[in-house]
Amino acid sequence: MSDHKKIDFRTLQYTGQEGRLIPLLQQAQAQDGYIARERLVEISEQTGAPLAQIYGVATFYAQFRFQPVGKHICRVCHGTACHVAGAKAISEALESHFGIHDGETTPDREFTLETVSCLGCCSLAPVIMIDGATYGNLSPTDIKKVIKQHRQAGEEVVKT
Amino acid sequence: MKLLVGLGTCGIAAGSEAIYRSLAARAGNGGPRFELGKTGCLGMCYIEPLVEVLDDRGAVWQYGRVTEDKLDRILEEHVAGGRPVAEWLVWSDDGQGSEGAYLSRQNRIVLRNCGRIDPEVLADYLAVGGYEALRKVLQDKDPDGLINVVVESGLRGRGGAGFLTGMKWRFTRLAAGERKYIICNADEGDPGAFMDRSVLESDPHSVLEGMAVAGYAIGADHGYIYARAEYPKAIERLNIAIAQAEAQGFLGDRILGSDFNFHIRLKEGAGAFVCGEETALIGSIEGHRGMPRVRPPFPATKGLWGCPTSINNVETFANVPWIITHGAAAFNCLGTANSKGTKVFAMAGKVRRGGLVEVPMGISIREIVFEICGGIAGDRKFKAVQMGGPSGGCIPAELHDTVIDYESINKTGAIMGSGGLVVMDETTCMVDIARFFLDFTQRESCGKCTFCRVGTKRMLEILTRICEGEGRDGDIELLEQLAHLVKNNSLCGLGQTAPNPVLTTLKYFRSEYEAHITNKKCPAHHCQKLLTYTITEACTGCLACGRVCPTGAITGEKKQLHHLDQSKCIQCDECHKTCRFHAIVRL
Repeated sequence: MSDHKKIDFRTLQYTGQEGRLIPLLQQAQAQDGYIARERLVEISEQTGAPLAQIYGVATFYAQFRFQPVGKHICRVCHGTACHVAGAKAISEALESHFGIHDGETTPDREFTLETVSCLGCCSLAPVIMIDGATYGNLSPTDIKKVIKQHRQAGEEVVKT
Repeated sequence: MKLLVGLGTCGIAAGSEAIYRSLAARAGNGGPRFELGKTGCLGMCYIEPLVEVLDDRGAVWQYGRVTEDKLDRILEEHVAGGRPVAEWLVWSDDGQGSEGAYLSRQNRIVLRNCGRIDPEVLADYLAVGGYEALRKVLQDKDPDGLINVVVESGLRGRGGAGFLTGMKWRFTRLAAGERKYIICNADEGDPGAFMDRSVLESDPHSVLEGMAVAGYAIGADHGYIYARAEYPKAIERLNIAIAQAEAQGFLGDRILGSDFNFHIRLKEGAGAFVCGEETALIGSIEGHRGMPRVRPPFPATKGLWGCPTSINNVETFANVPWIITHGAAAFNCLGTANSKGTKVFAMAGKVRRGGLVEVPMGISIREIVFEICGGIAGDRKFKAVQMGGPSGGCIPAELHDTVIDYESINKTGAIMGSGGLVVMDETTCMVDIARFFLDFTQRESCGKCTFCRVGTKRMLEILTRICEGEGRDGDIELLEQLAHLVKNNSLCGLGQTAPNPVLTTLKYFRSEYEAHITNKKCPAHHCQKLLTYTITEACTGCLACGRVCPTGAITGEKKQLHHLDQSKCIQCDECHKTCRFHAIVRL
């Protein structure tokens, strides 16, 4: 992390002595997009919790990433409804569009591709979520258009 | 006239924010005059974006699949001219519209305000009787009487297990301890379930009110909402609602002038399915890895920070204010002998109308799928419904008369679960569905119990090889043996129920497993490795498929019918994906 700036985790107030840990990790990830080793060390130094314990908690939860991510995060829903509606084909179309696999980031650091369990938009299956915007009723041939529109507008596509 | 735009996640994904902006621009543009408002989810996800027109007398019309092109005509004819555009109406309270069947059979208690009020405006909630239940219990000053009402109502936990809510409160009230906690489990992790998201997005105050009532009942002054981080809109609206309720004295210290204090904190989950289990959830709030522990002691005696804690689900809490204001009898007259009230189902999959359906307990699966949701999309054959997510099972079409109550659903081998109902048709492979769920539980197992950690992994491997045409004799028996071992030797609900998708599909669709293993065929034509690709007369000889085939299995001259050599085909599907003439069939 070249532009590493320390976070003063002590200024963040959360009730309960130990209950702070997950919100602190979420704070770190919100700031950097991922959790760098330096952040874990900072949290450990500032809270007094052993590094191993913090690492244990961080690696338990699917939300936390330990690699830098791209500018946009593209989440492909693989919930039950999306699965039966062909989420696999959507994932394949995205992988070939970006030229990367699940969990990877494009070389230009624009997009990170992630598979998620369920986005809760089951009646629009199959669904993807790019940053905060949800796109539904997709077919593999829509992918190119959706990505292009997201890049341009940074907001949702009106699909009819 | 007032226009309301549905801005739940489903609506937004379908483009309702653009509709809202477009209407906002027209509102001040010299055209027909109208007031513009936002609302949450109306439950008709399949025809979003939805726009509701309310006239000054309170009559309601709803338009579905609204696009920007439709707005001018709706504004001109309906808003200015007073003549509803009949062809686009989906529902109206005078009986017009195409979707009457979807709404008329429903009985909305939990969803009573969803799509009726603006979830970000407290005054809207107050206008429909919001916080009256809390006011009433604070006036009555009788926590034991309050618990009795909830027990009498017969309300059972809507998170899945179905424990009597009132009893849970009573145990927590009676437990010794100075500090007590209420936790709202909003970690809706079942893939295929989205009722809690909709309630939180559309009517967050009803959940807060339910929690405050519960807090008063058990003697807690703190509550936590543990919400899924994947639901950004729900979290945003909950935060708004909590701040509003605090500002208006419905939460905080000395609520409504009484001596009752109740504070609610929102905790964002960090993505772990097992945290739906109550002891794991508590561990996660305390900042640990979310791993379940042995019960007893139950959270009612020793929960969060070691204090007595009652954990209830979003839908359970949303029922509470209604029960208090309408009385236990109004609730327990709905439903069956042991399952009272209503249940919200998230309908998804191969069903024509997918969305949220709230029905009285005791209704049959057939009534929900066919009469309310319009049957199977594309007129395919109904095969099964999957209930209860990864902990549940597949109920076959033959059992469509099974009624919705906790006991009847359990008898089939599935569970009521949180309310995800995924409909499957003849193109869904049941072995693949079992594999899908095991893939999920195997990843989500916290790893504490060996049988869950290793057993689900082994089961997944077997299911994967069956789907890939590598199934062996004895695989079915091995699956059954592992299923029982995992079920009996796991500490928490995740492991104890993880084999259910396998056991129910084996029970009702055993022949599909046998076809995969013995005949190397997938009857649903879904499992790619078991398909035979052939080129039909529709081939125009465009050469595209031959170019993408990685093994050179496809040969043919330009403008001539191509040929596919089965001995070279590796079922990679590339030719099928490439063909623009539907000339490659998979059987």
